Amino acid sequence: MAKLKLNLITGRTIHQGVAMEGGKEKDAYTKACGIIEMDPSDLKKLGIWKGTNVRVTSEWGSVVVKAVEATQGPHPGLAYIPMGPWANSVVNPKTYSTGMPTFKGVPIEVEPAINEPVLSSIQLVQKKCRGEA
Amino acid sequence: MSKSVTDVICPFCGTLCDDLEVIVSDDGKKIEDIYNACAIGAEKFMHAQAPERVKRPRMQQPDGTYKEVSYDEAVEYTAQMLFNARKPLMYGWSSTSCEAQSVGHEIAEKVGAIVDNTATVCHGTTLIAVQDVGIPSCTLGEIKNRADRIIFWGCNPCHAHPRHQSRYSVFPRGFFTNKGHMNRKVIVVDPRVTDTAKLADYHYQVEQGRDYELLSAFRVALRNEPLPETVAGIPREKIIEGAEVMKSGRFGIIFFGMGVTQSLSKNHNIDNAIMLTKDLNEFTKFSIMAMRGHYNVTGSGQVLGWQFGYPFSVDLSRGFARYNPGETSSNDLLRRGEVDAVFVLGSDPGAHFPISSVKKIAELPSVCVDPHITPTSEISKLHVPVAFVGVEVGGNCYRMDNVPIEARKVVDPPEGVLTDVEFLTRVNARLDQLMGGK
Repeated sequence: MAKLKLNLITGRTIHQGVAMEGGKEKDAYTKACGIIEMDPSDLKKLGIWKGTNVRVTSEWGSVVVKAVEATQGPHPGLAYIPMGPWANSVVNPKTYSTGMPTFKGVPIEVEPAINEPVLSSIQLVQKKCRGEA
Repeated sequence: MSKSVTDVICPFCGTLCDDLEVIVSDDGKKIEDIYNACAIGAEKFMHAQAPERVKRPRMQQPDGTYKEVSYDEAVEYTAQMLFNARKPLMYGWSSTSCEAQSVGHEIAEKVGAIVDNTATVCHGTTLIAVQDVGIPSCTLGEIKNRADRIIFWGCNPCHAHPRHQSRYSVFPRGFFTNKGHMNRKVIVVDPRVTDTAKLADYHYQVEQGRDYELLSAFRVALRNEPLPETVAGIPREKIIEGAEVMKSGRFGIIFFGMGVTQSLSKNHNIDNAIMLTKDLNEFTKFSIMAMRGHYNVTGSGQVLGWQFGYPFSVDLSRGFARYNPGETSSNDLLRRGEVDAVFVLGSDPGAHFPISSVKKIAELPSVCVDPHITPTSEISKLHVPVAFVGVEVGGNCYRMDNVPIEARKVVDPPEGVLTDVEFLTRVNARLDQLMGGK
């Protein structure tokens, strides 16, 4: 199965903000944040359609999210997961003595994971905490 | 007959809009409509009305389910947890009023806790840079009335501060900017073509994480010194053109966000951005401002500042205030396993901390005080729902430019639900009893 190396950044989107205030336990939050925004050329390289579930893996963890086409692109080589538990499953927690984890500029590997589900925020965090995901 | 409440403060982002109009039912219990708010602000007000809202504290059971408990039991658990802990972490404080923060700090001082706010994962590195090199800043009102060069560096207000541009930075007609955006030149520096970049006059699609180089290049260009052909993926000519645009303004402002504070180099990026601002003041008037996220994270820094002298990551465990980001900051403490209890109020580290820190919170005695159900509330041993500040209870808040604004109460909280201040005051009183008997 194809794997693609990308540089991950995280951050706010308006959909993330609205869904967060609407309730993090709801489906809308998973739809807003359980995604990875990728450049169309990167989707092509990976050989997947937009809307396909993918597994994102970094040195610090792994998570399943839905691959979508970047709305604020083009940015080939760069991937974007809105801030939330999905992004935080793979970000670099090192603070380099500043207190601030490295949320941006995380080397990741993306591979298709068609049969794996995107967990809700609560399920994801609880499973990670129990060591099940 | 519905009534309208005007000049309501929006408790979402650091822009702290103060012109919302909320339509409330005649009995003052239900919000019917909201005018002037952005999509996120409107959702915040409407979510306060959600029928599924948790109205009583819940204690986690051994099988992972939650059992409803009384506020008295919640106060007892919280007080005992803080009393028995050797080094508790009291985190959050950004989505609550300054009054609540003050009571929280009193508790922290008593039990020898570490107080940290969301700046630790947001603008903490900015605060470190400000301590290094100072900050030439101004208020948002000055920007509206005077600024004709607007730079958004590593921030995307279209998404994170939706009304910032229409109220202050790009579109409003001010005293010396009476043509609105026609008077202004907007520069955006971002590795993505963000929605903010799409409405800018100049977009610099910097290579991710190379902000320090580009900031340095602008400083070189201002001095008319030679530059390499490209810096951080930007051609030399574009950098020189940008420097000329900045210099030629009458009043400029750099707004910066997570793009520079969270990328590698962190506080050094901000150091350099502030020094660029200083250099620009050789040619014209220039200011710089952090795009603060939570509506009262600035207030938390203010209150901690005037009470203990430091704006975040304050360690009170030795009986006096210490501050050393990297050592006394939440993520470092959690990852190293240095704290033995976690109290969270007005924030959601479960969703916004790296998962390695979240796992530590789940292992410890923990209390989450939050009106919402969040990943934090669902891994904490105790979840205490409270009234929404700025919707169901008033209180003092600080805007991103350090201007204090009093948030207004719009409707009553659900019956029997305590406010942050009431809950903290009861915990504080119980701690007094426990410590008196020691």
